[in-house]
Order: sequence, then structure tokens, then C-alpha cells
Amino acid sequence: MAEVTAGTERALRGGSDAARPARRRNYSVRRLPGFGVIAIFTFVMLYLPIVILVAYSFNEGVSQARWEGFSLQWYEAAFNNRQVRDVSVRSLWLAVTASGIATLLATLAALGTTRTSRFPGQTMIYALINQPLMVPEVVTGIALLIFVAAIKVQTGYTGMGYLVAAHTAFCIPFAYLPIRARLETMDITLEKAAADLYASPFQAFRYITLPLLVPGIVAGFMLGFVISLDTVVITEFVKSAGQDTLPTYMLGQLRRTVTPEMNAIATLFLALSLMIVTAFFLITRKRGV
Amino acid sequence: MEATKERHGWKWLLCTPALIVLVLAASGPLMIVLIYSFLTPGNMGGVNWEFTTEAWFRVFWRRDIFDPDQVTWNEAHLTVFWRSISLSLQTTLLCAFLGFPTAWFIATRPPNSRAIWLFMITIPFWTNLLIRTFAIQELIRNNGTINALLLQTGVINQPIQIMYTDFAVLLGMAYVFLPLMVLPLYAAMDKLDFRLVEAGYDLYASRIKVLWYVILPLVKPGFIAGSILVFIPAIGAYVTPRVLGGGRTMMLGNLIALQFGQGRNWPLGAALAMLLLIIVVTALVLYLRWVNREEVRRG
Repeated sequence: MAEVTAGTERALRGGSDAARPARRRNYSVRRLPGFGVIAIFTFVMLYLPIVILVAYSFNEGVSQARWEGFSLQWYEAAFNNRQVRDVSVRSLWLAVTASGIATLLATLAALGTTRTSRFPGQTMIYALINQPLMVPEVVTGIALLIFVAAIKVQTGYTGMGYLVAAHTAFCIPFAYLPIRARLETMDITLEKAAADLYASPFQAFRYITLPLLVPGIVAGFMLGFVISLDTVVITEFVKSAGQDTLPTYMLGQLRRTVTPEMNAIATLFLALSLMIVTAFFLITRKRGV
Repeated sequence: MEATKERHGWKWLLCTPALIVLVLAASGPLMIVLIYSFLTPGNMGGVNWEFTTEAWFRVFWRRDIFDPDQVTWNEAHLTVFWRSISLSLQTTLLCAFLGFPTAWFIATRPPNSRAIWLFMITIPFWTNLLIRTFAIQELIRNNGTINALLLQTGVINQPIQIMYTDFAVLLGMAYVFLPLMVLPLYAAMDKLDFRLVEAGYDLYASRIKVLWYVILPLVKPGFIAGSILVFIPAIGAYVTPRVLGGGRTMMLGNLIALQFGQGRNWPLGAALAMLLLIIVVTALVLYLRWVNREEVRRG
């Protein structure tokens, strides 16, 4: 049946311009019937839940379905909620610290593993760096829980160190990716030119490589920051009492009856992520130009 | 020889700080999980250092309380395994069904607007998974948006129970992991040679035949990569089934977590975690072998 239709259409087209059917409006080779509808449906479904979430954060009432007028009361409630302030500050501090350390370590590792011939152990280094990407988060989570429990018994230390270490390890592969990508596309002749002009290896690195690497490092830091901010499973298992981050706090709250205060918190969180991701794209896109 | 060794040493030195953190907070603990899966559970969580394979035995079977020699299948665990695998496969299929047309749609836009469409797929991917799950929860819970709308318009008299069902988990996972399917599919379609599609039509193939015999084989690598990228996080999912599924529709990740909470059976939890890891690694290895074969085949 479909064959007949295609054949008829083709017959109707005539032979003269059959050489360039792609240009033809009524028979584009790029068109597949129904695909556009599903695609638009998918885009709508992708954004509708988020849009509704954001919209009802401004609702006057408690309902998630009835609009009762615009209000900022839930934002006010969130700002006045001491616990929310505490967990937000902890989340941001943790993200900056973990991503900062991870970026530094990832930069060193990227300098060691790119622009070189293969060396013994390189595969193992790649495997170790990428391991957090492959192992399910819940497995990493319970692994750290066991490990941390053992250290706590031995040392009695219950500070933020565990969370910083866990987040740093998890951020390293994410920070490593853009830095490595940046290094690989870098023009190596610039460093050779510096060396020709009697720059010491350190000078060449300090005045040539490092400035060129900055966009990659910034991108790596931002990616790590977002990842750390989003990490919920690992934090949930590693945290000691009173070390809730914003995601684990939200996870705990979702069990109870949720008020639009949670929508307000989620909206602010979304806005922050969105800003960082947009900035990330702008920075990495410049690289191509 | 001496000189090259020196250079390698520098590379290792540069990698060492990162490797120390990774070994301490990622690989090392994983080894400990393996060891713990062969130990005896302690009374209040934790372990006693006595070797046993009991935890691995209990992953699949269980003993009668009164007669330890009476062994039956551990149906509670098998139900969870089956649900995890089945829901992950369904999620992959649903993502493929929605993702393929979406990727095609993006790939056939004019070149300058493609980046914007692509960006729109990437944004949800970088926003917090918990928040996206929360957004779905707000839609489907009993006094959520969908039920309230249906009640108001009189379509239904009682709210439909969607939360805490397998369907809710499927919906949530498909929603959360969809970008992981679209991106590799798009990458494959972006490289697609449309002259081949054109040739198909010129040879009187119908749209369905072109789709099946020309387009699908060409974008198959993207399909397989997307399926792996969706299946792996789905099988290891913890947050989505916890929030949308609750206690009745547990997945493997929740069963593992349970052993470290109320279950107080760390070795069993460790063995289950290893099982999950084995499933994930198997899927990855199969995928990599397929990629290698494909590369050899295509030269």
C-alpha cells in the first residue's frame, strides 16, 4: 500500500527534475510522517512538568492545580526557613570546594595524559578516572558508607571531609573531560615557539599553555560544580547527622506533604543550574570560533 | 631508554593526586564491598569478620527459619530483579520510541537552528534529577495537577492512583533519561548521508522501507549507544523509584539501600550491589565488543 503511494507520487513528479528530488517541497527525503508530531509532543512533555512546577511556586494557595493568584509568599517562606538556608549554604560550599579540588587534580591529570605517546599504565589511569561514570551511584554510595563507617570507628572524625572526598572523586571525570578536550585541540606549535625563544618549560606553561587552557578549566569547574550540586545518592549515604545538602533535604521532604515552598526552592535551584549550564555552553562554544 | 622513563615518570606524577583521591573514594571502597559480601552480618549493621558465602546464597535463595536445610527461591528478591530489568527495558523502549523521531526532527532542521533544539534537549539533562522527579510527582500524585484537572472537568470522580505504581516509575525514568537517548541518536543522524535516503526513494522504496532498510541500519550505532546510556542508569536507579515508587515498587538500588537501613544485613547489601555492578559491566562489555566488531566490519 505504502509502496503504491510512493510510486504514484514519484510518477506524478515526472522525470525532468527527478535529479534533484531533495529540493522539492512536496517530497522531501528528510520528512518522515508523524515524526514531527512525536517530536513536538516530546519537547512539550519535557518542559511541561518543569513549567508547571515553576508556575505553582508563584501560586497564592497550596494547590498544585488551582491558580489562586500571584504571590511570592512561598519564596518568602523558603528564605525564612532556617534549615533551607543552612542546607543551601552547605550545598554551595561543598560544590565549590569539591569542584575546585577536582578541577585542580583533573587539570594535572589532563596535562599528564594528553599530547603524549601512549605510556605504560595509561589505560589503567583512564579506567580509574572514568570509573565514577560507570559504577551506579547507589553502589558507590554504599561502598563509601561502609568505608566511612570503618574510618569513623577508627578515628572518630565525623566532619565534612568525607563528603568533600566523595564529591571530589565523583567530580574528577566531569572536570577532566572539557580540560582534556581543550588540551587536545590546542596548537602545540605555540609552546614550541616559546621554547625556541628560550622560555623555560615552566615559563612556556605559565605564559602559553595555562592562559590557553583557562576556558577548559573554567568549563571543567562549572561542570563539576553542577554535578556536585546535583549529587543526591552519594551524599545520602555518606553524610553524618546534620550534614544534609539541599538535594538530600528535598529528598527527605518529598516523603511528607509538599507545599509550594518546595516548588520555590526547586525553582531557585533550577535557575542556578540553568545559569551555570548556559555559561558553560557559551564558554565551550567559543572554543570552536 | 633512561630518558623516556623519566618522561613517563612525570606523567604519572601529574596523575597521582587525582588517582589517590579516586582510589580512596571510588575504587578502594568498591573492593571493600566485594570483601564485605563474603562476611557475616553484625547484629546492629556492620559485619563480623567470618568468611561465608551465605550473603551470595541469600541473593537468590532463602532458608526456612526452623529448618535451615529447606531451601526455596527468594521470591521477594526475584520480583525486584525482574521489575528492575523489565522496567529498565521498558524505559529504554519508551525513550527509543520518543527519542528517535525527536532526534530525526532535530537533525532535519536547518543547520543554524539545530543548535537551539539540541540545547533544549540538553538543558533538562543538566538540571537536577531530583527536581525533575519532583516535577513528575507534582503532576501525577492524587491531588496533583493531572488528577485535579480531571476531577474538575468531571472526567473522573475519584483520583487515579498513579503514584507508587510500576507505571509511575517507568514514566519518571523515561522522563529523566530521555536526553541520553536523543543525544547519541542525533550524533548518528547528523552524520547520515541523505543521498543514500534519496537513492532509496529513487528506487521506488516506500517511506517505511527507507526507514527500515536505509535509515535504521545507518543510525544503528546511535541507537545502541543510546540504549546502553539509558539502560545503565535505569537499572541502577535509586531516586526515581524511591520517590515515585515508594516501598511497594522497589528496584534493585532500593533493595541494596534497604540492607544498609532497616534490613541491617550489610553483606547481603554488598552482594546485591556486586550483582548490580556485574549487570552494568556485562552490558558495557557487550556494548564495547559490539562496537569493536562493527569497526572491524566497516573497516
